[in-house]
Parts: sequence; C-alpha cells; structure tokens
Amino acid sequence: MTNIIETDKLNLFYTAFQALIDVDLKIERNRITALIGPSGCGKSTLLRVFNRMNDLIEGVKVSGSVKFDGKEILDNEIDLITLRKRIGMVFQRPNPFPLSVFENVVYGLRIHGEKRRSVLEAAAEKSLASVLLFDELKDKLNMNALGLSLEQQQRLCIARLLSVTPDVLLMDEPCSALDPFATMKIEELMTLLKKQYTIVIVTHNMQQAARISDECGYMLLGELVEFGETKQIFTAPVNKKTEDYITGRFG
Amino acid sequence: MRDTQRTERIAFAVLLIATIIVIIPVGLIVLLVLWRGLPALTPEFLLAMPRDGMRAGGIFPAIVGTFYLTLGTAAFAIPFGILAAIYLNEYAGQNWLTRVIEIAIINLAGVPSIVYGLFGLGLFVTFLGFGASILAGSLTLSIMTLPVIITATREALSTVPRSFREVSFSLGASRWQTVRHVVLPNAIPGILTGTILGLSRAAGETAPILFTVAAFYLPRLPQSVYDQAMALPYHIYVLSTQVPNVSVKIQYGTVLALVLMVFLLNITASVIRAKFRKRKTW
Repeated sequence: MTNIIETDKLNLFYTAFQALIDVDLKIERNRITALIGPSGCGKSTLLRVFNRMNDLIEGVKVSGSVKFDGKEILDNEIDLITLRKRIGMVFQRPNPFPLSVFENVVYGLRIHGEKRRSVLEAAAEKSLASVLLFDELKDKLNMNALGLSLEQQQRLCIARLLSVTPDVLLMDEPCSALDPFATMKIEELMTLLKKQYTIVIVTHNMQQAARISDECGYMLLGELVEFGETKQIFTAPVNKKTEDYITGRFG
Repeated sequence: MRDTQRTERIAFAVLLIATIIVIIPVGLIVLLVLWRGLPALTPEFLLAMPRDGMRAGGIFPAIVGTFYLTLGTAAFAIPFGILAAIYLNEYAGQNWLTRVIEIAIINLAGVPSIVYGLFGLGLFVTFLGFGASILAGSLTLSIMTLPVIITATREALSTVPRSFREVSFSLGASRWQTVRHVVLPNAIPGILTGTILGLSRAAGETAPILFTVAAFYLPRLPQSVYDQAMALPYHIYVLSTQVPNVSVKIQYGTVLALVLMVFLLNITASVIRAKFRKRKTW
C-alpha cells in the first residue's frame, strides 16, 4: 500500500461552523503533498486532523474516516502518544523551547523515557545532521536555542521532530516567518527529507507548492476542490476554481 | 493649539500629584516606624523573652510564632494553590464546574479577614478539635492566602506561550508531561513571586489568627503544631491597646520588626522576579 494517509468523507465542525466538507484525500508515502488555498479554507485544519491536534480546541466535532497506515485514527481508542510520535508537526513560527540546542532536540526522547546520555547524544547528532545543522552547531549544543537565527531555529524544530523518528512530517506554513533565502534552504532540506519521510505541507505560497511538491490539493471554503499531480494542477487544472486561484484571478 | 498644550500640562500635573499622594503615606509610615523603632531594635530585644507583663524584655516568641505560622501557611497553601491553578489553567474545560470554582475563588479573595478568623475558630479549633494552635492558625491563614496564590499562579501559567504547549503535545507528550517539562519551568518565577507576596500578606494578618492561634502572653517557644504561639501582628495589637504603660519604644520596635519581616519577603519576591526576567527571552 503506497497511501500512508487516506481520508474518506471527512467533515469537521467548530461548534456550528463547518470547516471541512466531505474531504477525500490520499497521501502517498515518501512524497511531498502540498495543500494550497486562501486563508480560512481549512487547509491548516485538515493538517491538524492527521495528528489530532484539533482535540485541543473545544467544540470540535469530526466525522468520516481518516486512516493512517490502514488504521482508523479518528477512533477514540487510538493511542494519541504513538500517533503523534509517528506523525510530527512543524509550525508556522519557529518555536524552540527556551532551552539549550541539545535539550530541544532530545525533548521528545526524554519525555518518552530515554535517559541514557549516550543514546540522547547520538540521537541529537543524527537529528541535527539530518537537517544539516550539526556542523554549524556541534560546538554550541549548550547555547540557548533562542539565540539562533530564525532559519536555524526552524531547522532545529525539524530536528526536534526527527529525533522521535516519525513517518510523516506535517508542515504548517513552515517558511512564512523566513526570508526568501532561508525559505530556499528549508525547501532544499524538505526535498532531502522526502527520501525518508512523507511530507504534507500547508502553504500560502503557490510558487513554493509548485517548486517542491509532488502532489497538490487546492482547498476552498472547506472543500478539497481539486487534487492531483502538482504539474497537472499548475498547468492544466480541471476545475475552473482551481484555475482562477493559480492564475491569480482569485485569492 | 495652545489649549491642547495647556490641558496637557494640567493633565500631567494632576496625574503626577495623584501619584505622589500615593507615596506619601507609605513614606511617612516607614520613616516614623524607623525613627521611633530603630533604637529599640537591639539583638537583646529580638532574641529575649518578654518580661514584666510585656513591658520589658524582648519579642522573640512573637517572631518565632510568626515565622512558624508563615511556614505552616506555605506548607498548606502553596501545594493546594499551585495544583488548583494548574487544574484550572491546563486541564479544566469551559464548563459550569470551572465557572463555579472561579466564582468561589473571586469571592474567597473578597471575604473580610475577621470572617476567616471566625471560620477557622469554628472549623479547625472547635469542630476538628485542633484547639487554638499553630496548626489551626496556619490552616486559617492558608485558606485566606489560597486565592492570591491561585490567581498569581494562573497568571504565571498563562504567560507561557501556547505554542510551547502545542509543540510538546505534537511530539507525543501527555498533558502532565507538558505541564511538568514545559509549562512549569517557564512559569516558576511568576509563581514564586506571587506566592511570596501572598505569604507576606498572611504574615502580617491579625484577624485570622486572633481566635485560632495567637497567645496573649506566652513567654516560651511553641513545642509542637498543637501549641498556641505568640505572633507579631497580634502582639502589636496587645501592646498598643491591652497592656497599660508599655513604653513607646517597645511598641515601635515590635512594629518595625514586623514591617522588616514583611519587607524582607517582598524584597525576595522582587529579586526573584528581576533575576528571571533577564533570562526570559521569548
């Protein structure tokens, strides 16, 4: 099975407001899937369904089905800790803890009970190396992470996520707080990471979606209007609404 | 244009005067107490038992009593206050129970201190049979201090950015792990500051200890939590109204000792706050 995440008739309500309407989406393994659309279209909400982060908001009701690796994750019986270990998230603003670089990277391992110093150090090195940050920071592992540049902070946040060895990386506009050069570096990193991970990215930036994603979904007012290969979406969209958006007539 | 400038000047003057008026009483009290009390503040006065019906000797048992009461209050109020605040801020949903608890806390903060004293007398001294004791007094002061500690702790918890919690959850941490490893370490300075200020208020209270612990004249140190104890605020009241012919020097010396004790606690709170503010960088 190549689809790692599949949704079927997914509906989501914030109390009375319906934020997602009958979303059917299939996300393939080791691909970058981008979700685009205007503000408030539900793309971030959809992303947060996959690691059940919407549970933290009161009054959210979800119906339909979301399968991760063939298992239903909307089930109340599901182990959220395991789910979130396997489906990690990178946020809009880099948000390292006000701790040292090292403590940031090993945070996930620590809370999952790892105490051996050698294991933590090895994991920190491996994770930082995966985000191409180890050489830069190997002598500064004890410095406060808030002293890093924004791009380094965002890389560190990705490293913090990788240390718990997830399968899927959810990225919620990971570059919106970064300048174009830093954005480019993060995009390069994403292309590198896709060999090992499945990436789902929400972005406001259509060029970014066009540059990095393999597949792309256009959302509008809670509906997944069109979904398909990125090349096709950007060159020959089937739906008129998608065309309006990607050609800049709308949004 | 000229009118605007004139109103501006008048507004500035009025605001400044109002602010200065706030300082005057504090300044006068401190100066007066220092001027009249400082000569009395000898080591002998601080460390000796009272003699001659409290007209001579020292105030040592009252200092020790207030110290024990503050410690006892801390022992009860800090854990319950902080745990309640964590529940309300991190766990409780927006439902009727939460609202009832919040209203209860607000009302608890508004109850006059003499009512706490009578409540303590009824519940701890009489009903639970602790008698007038350090235990009963500490519990009474704790209840009075709880709303302060809960409110301060909730404020401190709320200043920890929401994004820290989200990241922690997204990495698979449970709610408690998130509180324990992310929220609390970043809220501790605020919690400490608020807690100490709450305790310093408790240390200076008279009405709640009036019926629950305070001894009129007890020239020995308490041996257990079931003993009565002298306490500085009540001792001041006794010296100034209940015992004839106490020298003014002793009265002011006792006041100064209490003011210094409370002041010391407040300074500690400020130092902690200043120290951690420098470290806080988000």
